[in-house]
Amino acid sequence: MTIPVRPETDRKIDELLTVYPMKGSALLPALYLVQEEKGHLSEESMEYVASKIGLSAAFVAGVVSFYTMFHRKPVGRHHIQVCRTLPCALSGSDDLMAHLKGRLGIVDGETRSDGAYSLVSVECLGACDRAPFIQINDEEHGPVDPAKMDEILKRLEPR
Amino acid sequence: MAFEPVLTRNIHRPDSGTIEGYLAAGGYQGLRRALKEFSPGQLVEEVKNSGLRGRGGAGFPTGMKWGFLPKTRDKPRYLCVNADESEPGTFKDRLLIEKDPHLVLEGIILSAYAIESSLAFFYIRGEFHEGYRIFQKAVQEARAKGFLGTNILGSGFSLDIIIYRGAGAYICGEETALLESLEGKRGYPRIKPPFPAIVGLYGCPTIINNVETLANVTLIAERGAAWYASIGRPPKNTGPKLFCLSGHVKRPGVFEAPLGVPFLELLNEHAGGMQHSDRPLKAAVPGGSSMKILPASKCDVLMDFDALAAAGTSLGSAGGIVMDTSTCMVTALLNVARFYAHESCGQCTPCREGTGWFVKILSRLERGDGRPEDVGLLTGIASNIEGNTVCPFGEAIAWPVESYVRVFREEFEEHAKRKACPMKTTAVR
Ligand SMILES: Cc1cc2nc3c(=O)[nH]c(=O)nc-3n(C[C@H](O)[C@H](O)[C@H](O)COP(=O)(O)O)c2cc1C
Ligand code: SF4
Ligand code: FES
Repeated sequence: MTIPVRPETDRKIDELLTVYPMKGSALLPALYLVQEEKGHLSEESMEYVASKIGLSAAFVAGVVSFYTMFHRKPVGRHHIQVCRTLPCALSGSDDLMAHLKGRLGIVDGETRSDGAYSLVSVECLGACDRAPFIQINDEEHGPVDPAKMDEILKRLEPR
Repeated sequence: MAFEPVLTRNIHRPDSGTIEGYLAAGGYQGLRRALKEFSPGQLVEEVKNSGLRGRGGAGFPTGMKWGFLPKTRDKPRYLCVNADESEPGTFKDRLLIEKDPHLVLEGIILSAYAIESSLAFFYIRGEFHEGYRIFQKAVQEARAKGFLGTNILGSGFSLDIIIYRGAGAYICGEETALLESLEGKRGYPRIKPPFPAIVGLYGCPTIINNVETLANVTLIAERGAAWYASIGRPPKNTGPKLFCLSGHVKRPGVFEAPLGVPFLELLNEHAGGMQHSDRPLKAAVPGGSSMKILPASKCDVLMDFDALAAAGTSLGSAGGIVMDTSTCMVTALLNVARFYAHESCGQCTPCREGTGWFVKILSRLERGDGRPEDVGLLTGIASNIEGNTVCPFGEAIAWPVESYVRVFREEFEEHAKRKACPMKTTAVR
């Protein structure tokens, strides 16, 4: 099969196979590497990772579907994750989510057609002292009220 | 004697997090001392004598857990650090990892020495991007200074550490699910026994400890078991503790206090009291959303393992969630149930189906479509889950449901009777 990733990523996965006492442990880090390059994990990517580690494609797909941080479909350039768990809910995360839906014109779980944004509610991010708390890609923000959110959005995609 | 914060002593230093700052503050002295003065077995004894109990949620005595490792040495032993911190209301391990990673790392090296392991795994939840970067740097710094690697400080003891990122699954904080995840699988909890100390990672003897637990080991090596055991409420609730407070408080945050600090002191002094002066306390969960709720009238409690057990709840992860009188308990419990329905791994029928039913029933109560029998249905399902699942996640949802309904039964019944929220609000605020 053709290698669907950059040679550098392929080499990094080879290295991963030597790090762990059992090579199965290389699966999660390998998936992260591929997702970092590609943005999401396609069927082809999962088959590739499976063959690198010596696992079945079905097994890899089962693992990918178990973890919320692996994306089976493309997400936006700015992947906005809004925490909705109790401490954030007590501090107004519902209002923030409603505001974001209106501003971005997408619903929870959707990626905007121009690829700029995706929006998803997530569970406790371990930062309840900064509620309501959000993550955009791997950047953290909190507390975020609608006004603060508008500032952040302006910075992300200046017009 | 005034309490001296020790777990958080470095977090306000401008150079907090760097090895230079840590060394300047006397860091890695405990490791130097222990490698010289203690055999591994003596260090296990020291930790036993300190009274240290696990800070991950269950409060199991750390030294005793280490003592469960088999005496035979035909297989490697592993130390797995639980940095998955996902219990709603909990954000204390994050603070240690981000602000004083070397305090944690020193504890890992000491603990690996004590249990005679030469390979440790640091399992950090995937969402902690900053913590991952900071801890990676700390490991590199420690390696460069000879605190990690072969023949550490000339002691003959060698240790390497692998940082492993989780990928978004609450259940992977449960220790056997964590092991499955580390092996590159779905995070399905294993049936116990066998316990991980006997059959753990890759089938080898494994000790799993929480980040804060291991930071405490650093303090014990540095200042001794007798000092440690004098803090808190000896003999069974010793040492300093990190308490999180979130929700309707003026200053949410992580606060260090001795085990056994009164909850009301944490709330009123450390967290600055209630957020709104006209909305008094209605209820609080002391230990993360899995633990039983206490009404305001029962919040005059001491925050330690045994005092909270006696009050009918648990210290858990010490993630205190505070709710004021504007909070609708049906909406709050629906939020909690939705979390557990989302996070159930789905292996056991009572947990998978039960969490789904909770969401369904609570949603209709909240919407005003509730039925009179719904309140009894909730407690019935909760008691069917409790004790009938592979892992304690079952209790983690049965306990909140049972306790919210018991403590606020009238409020739940009013929702069904009036077909509306008696507080005339649908938001959890
Ligand atoms: C559903 C569930 C989630 C858990 N999540 C965590 C967690 O995020 N972090 C943690 O340290 N322990 C967590 N635990 C507890 C661990 O199973 C284990 O008891 C702990 O890591 C042991 O470390 P300790 O003895 O140092 O506390 C969880 C337990 C359960 C049942
Ligand atoms: S109790 Fe729930 S989370 Fe635990 S193993 Fe069973 S289904 Fe999975
Ligand atoms: S509840 Fe939102 S970060 Fe914890």
